Amino acid sequence: MKFTVSGKILSTAACVMLALSAPALGVAADTIKFGIAGPHSGDLAPYGLPSVSAAKLVIDKVNANGGIKGKKIEILQEDDVCKPEISTNTATKLVSSGVQVVLGHICSGATIAAMPIYKDAGILVMSPSATSDELTSSGKYPNFFRTIAPNALQSPAMIDFAINKLGKKKIAIIHDKGDYGKPLAEGAKLHVEKTGKGQVVLFEGITPGAPDYSAIVQKIKEAGAEVVVFGGYHPEASKIVSIMNKKRLGIKFVSDDGVNGDAFIKLAGEDAEGVYATGPQDTSANPLALKAKEEHKKAYNSDPGMFFDGAYAATVVMLNAIEKSGSTKLEDLKKVLQADKVDTPVGAINFDAKGDAVGLGYSMYVVEKGKYIVVK
Amino acid sequence: MDYFIELLFSGLTRGSIYALIALGYTMVYGIIGLINFAHGEIYMIGAFTAFIVATVLSIYGFPLLAIVIIAGIAAVVWASSYGYTIEKIAYKPLRHAPRLSPLISAIGMSIFLQNYILLAQTSDFLRFPRLIPDFAFMEPIAHIIGSTDLVILVTTVVVMVALTFIIKFTLIGKAMRATSQDRTMAMLVGINVNWVISATFIIGSGLAAIGGLLIASHIGQINFYIGFLAGIKAFTAAVLGGIGSIPGAVLGSLILGLTESFATGYVSSDYEDVFAFSLLVLILIFKPSGLLGKATNQKV
Repeated sequence: MKFTVSGKILSTAACVMLALSAPALGVAADTIKFGIAGPHSGDLAPYGLPSVSAAKLVIDKVNANGGIKGKKIEILQEDDVCKPEISTNTATKLVSSGVQVVLGHICSGATIAAMPIYKDAGILVMSPSATSDELTSSGKYPNFFRTIAPNALQSPAMIDFAINKLGKKKIAIIHDKGDYGKPLAEGAKLHVEKTGKGQVVLFEGITPGAPDYSAIVQKIKEAGAEVVVFGGYHPEASKIVSIMNKKRLGIKFVSDDGVNGDAFIKLAGEDAEGVYATGPQDTSANPLALKAKEEHKKAYNSDPGMFFDGAYAATVVMLNAIEKSGSTKLEDLKKVLQADKVDTPVGAINFDAKGDAVGLGYSMYVVEKGKYIVVK
Repeated sequence: MDYFIELLFSGLTRGSIYALIALGYTMVYGIIGLINFAHGEIYMIGAFTAFIVATVLSIYGFPLLAIVIIAGIAAVVWASSYGYTIEKIAYKPLRHAPRLSPLISAIGMSIFLQNYILLAQTSDFLRFPRLIPDFAFMEPIAHIIGSTDLVILVTTVVVMVALTFIIKFTLIGKAMRATSQDRTMAMLVGINVNWVISATFIIGSGLAAIGGLLIASHIGQINFYIGFLAGIKAFTAAVLGGIGSIPGAVLGSLILGLTESFATGYVSSDYEDVFAFSLLVLILIFKPSGLLGKATNQKV
């Protein structure tokens, strides 16, 4: 099935869908359908749920003020559990229920799998978290934007930190062979070679889900590594640091934003102490970020989770683009996104031609007393 | 040389982890010729039970040893009752059906249990408490073998010896062997075959639960999916050693663990599984019934 973005077809489709599912006919035509896709259940849900609450906070505010040009915004939420094979269904479902813009997806692998479907439908997609380089630099997905810096910047951030701040030269790079971790690790390796300041003593992939990683940890030690750089998600990272401590390795562990979050700290417990992880640019000095955090605390009585600021920002810029252009057509939205600098919790951003936000980078965080804090 | 010894113990630990699960596969196969794919899930349920009991007990401030023992017993009892029930619900009605039917039923049971735990408990990875402390006397060699690794190794050996003893020298063991040789004849000489099969499932599930407690405590995390991944490897190990044979399951597991460990150590961990499964293929080409398996004529 392939929809062109003609308002008529979309709204007709939407009416049909609604008529089949709910009696709320008639409202369908004059709402803006805002899709949210990402892991809302499963073990990676901590990455996806904060973006739902972020979008809800922004949209509730806009709706309370009468919506955009009289149109209310309606949220359509679909779960992709971060799996590429499921995210294609998620995307098809959202497209066929007539979404006009999509916030998501969260994991790079799932996003890459879903993008062709949105591209065919001409729908704007903005992710707060998918960092894969392919999404923007390949030029394959003109409808993709993101409010996080790409991996291409994340790998150098990890390596530069390990070499310049920690002063380590011999680096072991480990990854989880996945769509997210492996390119990060490869980028890290390239960066070490390019700067020539350090040396990659080990570069290997591990099998996620294995019951024991002591062999690879012994190999890290044997290779004489002074620091481990890991590309992957928190469950594997937690197993590796725990075994590194059990084997009394005593070397630092530097990882990516897939490890940066409370989920990792909860899982690794005391082993998490002293683990470094890159994360979205530090926003603690940005008044808008503080305000968003306050709103979240008021509404949900808890601190926001991973990618909250990015999702908040993405929602704000997408709604701004819809309002400014008065349209939900990709071309019109794109023009506004590229031209208009908008103040958001991640800073004042606009987008380059590839879809990356201008001026975003990474900050380094460290676990201290059970909490991630920014390394100044 | 140090490196070799370190890898050796890594491999032995991994092998023992597989062995604790593989024993259950091999026992069930030995008795009723069924590959119980839900066995990995029993292991996972054992780990979850131990997790819940241990967490509750530690809130009430029980000493660590008491927590380990009570959580262990609870896990064994709970997992065994699952094993018993699964056999009654999913396999017994299909006992005279074509061989494929109970196999599909087993896969179905496995998926059912995974999703049941996913919905009833959580999808998150949970931090499993460290139930086995670092022993002081292990400290000088902690970089080679940890305390948990040691406990897992010892448990595997004890369990294997005990199982072999039960099967060789006790009445239930004799009944098991008779049932495995010929179910109808065993019935004719007065063996309650249904009971023997139930006992097999109960013992196998209990072992899986002990494995669940130890392994989860070793890796420090559990979720609903651990049983599937560990189960596949343990099943491979059981086939490697000769499915149906108890020493075979342990031997196969150790060989698999050591292969993975040395492949990681001397070649690359990217190819860990490639080496493990190439070995399986090689062994099955030359010894189709596995290392210690008996070549039996197919009774069709």
